[in-house]
Amino acid sequence: MTEIFWLIPFIPAASTLILAVFGKNLPKKYVSFQACFAVFASFVIAAISAVGLLQTAHASYPLVKNLFSWIQAGSFQANLSLMFDPLSAVMALVVSGVGFIIHVYSVGYMADDEGYTRYFTYLNLFTFSMLILVMGSNLVLMFVGWEGVGLCSYLLIGFWFEKHSAANAGKKAFIVNRIGDAGFLLGILFIFIHIGSAEFTAINQAISGGALSAGLATLIAILLFVGATGKSAQIPLYVWLPDAMEGPTPVSALIHAATMVTAGVYMVSRMNLLYTLSETAAQVVALVGALTAVYAATMALTQNDIKRVLAYSTISQIGYMFIGCGVGAYAAGMFHLYTHAFFKSLLFLAAGSVMHALSGEIDMKKMGGLRKYLPLTYPTFLIGAIAIAGVPFFSGFFSKDAILTKAFAQGQDSAFYYFIWGLGILGAVLTAFYMFRLIFVTFHGEERIDPEIKKHIHESPKIMTIPLVILAFFSVIAGYIGLPVVLGEKLNFFGKFLEPVIKEVHEVHLSLQTEWTLIAVASVVALLGIFIAYVFYIRSPMIPRNLAARFPTIYKLLFNKYYVDEIYNAVFVNPTVKGSEIIYDNFDLKVIDGAVNGTATATGFTGKILSYFQSGLIKDYALIFLLGVIIFLAYLLF
Amino acid sequence: MIPPNYFLILSVILFVLGSVAFFVKKDLITMFMSIEIMLNAANLAFITLARSANSADGQIIVFFIITVAAAEAAVGLAIILLIFRQKKTIKSEDIKLMKG
Repeated sequence: MTEIFWLIPFIPAASTLILAVFGKNLPKKYVSFQACFAVFASFVIAAISAVGLLQTAHASYPLVKNLFSWIQAGSFQANLSLMFDPLSAVMALVVSGVGFIIHVYSVGYMADDEGYTRYFTYLNLFTFSMLILVMGSNLVLMFVGWEGVGLCSYLLIGFWFEKHSAANAGKKAFIVNRIGDAGFLLGILFIFIHIGSAEFTAINQAISGGALSAGLATLIAILLFVGATGKSAQIPLYVWLPDAMEGPTPVSALIHAATMVTAGVYMVSRMNLLYTLSETAAQVVALVGALTAVYAATMALTQNDIKRVLAYSTISQIGYMFIGCGVGAYAAGMFHLYTHAFFKSLLFLAAGSVMHALSGEIDMKKMGGLRKYLPLTYPTFLIGAIAIAGVPFFSGFFSKDAILTKAFAQGQDSAFYYFIWGLGILGAVLTAFYMFRLIFVTFHGEERIDPEIKKHIHESPKIMTIPLVILAFFSVIAGYIGLPVVLGEKLNFFGKFLEPVIKEVHEVHLSLQTEWTLIAVASVVALLGIFIAYVFYIRSPMIPRNLAARFPTIYKLLFNKYYVDEIYNAVFVNPTVKGSEIIYDNFDLKVIDGAVNGTATATGFTGKILSYFQSGLIKDYALIFLLGVIIFLAYLLF
Repeated sequence: MIPPNYFLILSVILFVLGSVAFFVKKDLITMFMSIEIMLNAANLAFITLARSANSADGQIIVFFIITVAAAEAAVGLAIILLIFRQKKTIKSEDIKLMKG
C-alpha cells in the first residue's frame, strides 16, 4: 500500500480545484465536508504509507515516485517526483493530521464568515503546497512548495483584506519572505552548478563522495539557511510573524505555528549532510537559533495581545528546533517540531476559543478570571502551556530536553556549545514565565471584561472544543515516542525511525549521572519560570508594575519590541520607498511617460500636416492624380 | 488609308480637352461628361493600336471600357442626383465633406 503515497498531496489539490471553480454554488455544509475530508484522506494515506515504510527495508529508502519530467533545459533537469522516507513521513503526518484537526475547528470558527468557501479553498491549497514541500524529491519542487505556502500565507494573513492592517501584514510577510527566498534560490543554483542535480538522493551521494569543498559547503549551507530564517521567522527576518496574527486564528495555528514556519527546520534536516560537512554553517544555525529563542522570549514578556505572545513564543520555539539542527541533533529538532505542532496549535486554537467567547477581544488587559466561563478551553489551554513550558511528563519536556542535552554534550568538544546550552536554558525560564503570565492574566485574577461583552460570554461550540481536547491529549502523550536515552536506548522510537535519513555524526556520550542532572535542571528551570509567574501575577501583582516603573527603559524597549520594526523601517523600508518615489518622479514620469506622450504628439503633428492635403475638393484630388500620372510617364519615357 | 498617327493625335487632343474641361468646369455633370470624353480618347487609342498591331487584345479592352463606362455612368449620375437632393447644388467647390 505504500506505493500510493504520491496521492497524499493531490487529494487536497483536487479539493482546492473543485472549491475554486464551483465553490460559489456549493452549500456551506458540503464545502466544510469536502475540505475536511480531503485532508483527512491525505492523513489516512500518509498513515498507511508510514506503516508500510516501517516494514520496508532501510536500503530501499527513499521511495520515489516520478510523475513526469517537468523542466528539461540543457543539462538542467527537474522532475515532478515525490519521495517518501521517514522524514517526509513525519512531516506529512503532522501537516495532514494537525491540519485536519484545524480544518474541523475552522468549521466552527469561521461559520459566520462571508468568505467561508474562499477560506477553505486557501486552506486546502495550503495543505497541498505544504505536502509538496515536504514530499518533493528535489530542491526545485521543494522550492515550488516553499513559494506555494508563502502565497497561501499571504492570502490567509490578508484574508480580511478590507482591514488595512491585515492587508499590510500580508504584504509584509510576503516581502520579508522574498528576501529569504532570494538566498534560498541562490543556494539551490549553487548546488546545481557544483553537483549537477537537484535531486536529494544525488545531492546526498555527491556530498558523501566529497564533491563539495568545506568552503563551498559553508556558502551553500548559509544561503539555504537565509531562506530558512525568512520562512521560519528567525533573526533577522522574524518581523513578519507577529504581524501575521492579523489572519484568522486557525490560520495562525496551522500556518504560523504548526506547519509552514517549521519548513526551514525540515529543510535543514533534509540537507543534514551539508550542515554536517560545514561546521561553521552548523554553528551559525545553532547561534541564530539560540539567540532567537531568547530574544523572541523576551519580547513575549511584555506583550498584551494574546496572539502576539503566542507568535513570539512560536519564533522562540523554532529557535530551539534550529539549536537542535545546529548541534547535530536533527532528530531532536524534528522531534520538537512534531511536539510543538500539537501544543502550539492547541494554544492558538484555545486562544481562538477565548476570542470567540469574548466577541473577538485579544487584549489580555480586558480579560481575567475567564476560568469559570470557559470550562473546556481553560484546562486545554493550561495543558498546552504546561507542555510548552517543559514541565516533566508532558511532550514539550521530552523534545526540549533532547535538544538541550545534545547541545550540552557537544560542549565537551567546544565551549561554544555550552553558551548555546546556556541560552537554551535561559529561554526555557522565559518560556515558562510568559506562558503562565498569559494563563494567570487571562484566566485567573480579577475580571476586567467589558460589561457589554460579558453579556455574550459563552463556551465555544463542540466542533471547536473537541479539536482542543484531541490536541490536548496529544500534547500530553506525543512525547512518549521519543523518551530520553537515560531510560533506555531503545525507547527513542522517533530517533530510530528517522535514523536512515539523518546520520548522527557527533556521537558524544554523556555519563548517566550528567544526563539525569540535565533533566533535573530542565525541570527545575521550567518550574522556576512558572513559580515566578505565579508570584508576579497572582500573589503580589504589584511586582511587575514596580519593575516596569523602576526600569522604564528596559520595559519600554521590550514593550516596543526593541524598536526593530522602526529600525527596519528607517534603514530599509523608507529609503526604498523614498528611492522608488524619486525614480517614479524623475524616470517613470519624465523619461518613460515622456517617451510615450512624445510619440503620440509626434504622430498627431504629422497627421495635422498631412491633413492639409485632404481638402475634400474633388478637383484637388484629380490634380494630384494627374500629376502622379505625368511623373510616372516622364519616368517611363525619359 | 488614313495613317494611324492621325487617329492617335485625335485621341490626344480629345484627352487633353477632356482633362482641361474637368479642371475648368465647375458643375459635376460637365465634369462627368469630360471624364467620358477622356475614356473615349483612350478607346480610340486602343482600337487604333489594335488595328495596326493586328491583335484582338486592344479591341477586347475597349469592350471592357465601354461596359465599365456604362456602369460608371449609371452609378455616377445616381450619386450626383442624390447629392443634389441633399445639398441643392452640384457645384464641385461646395462639396467638401471629406475635408481633413
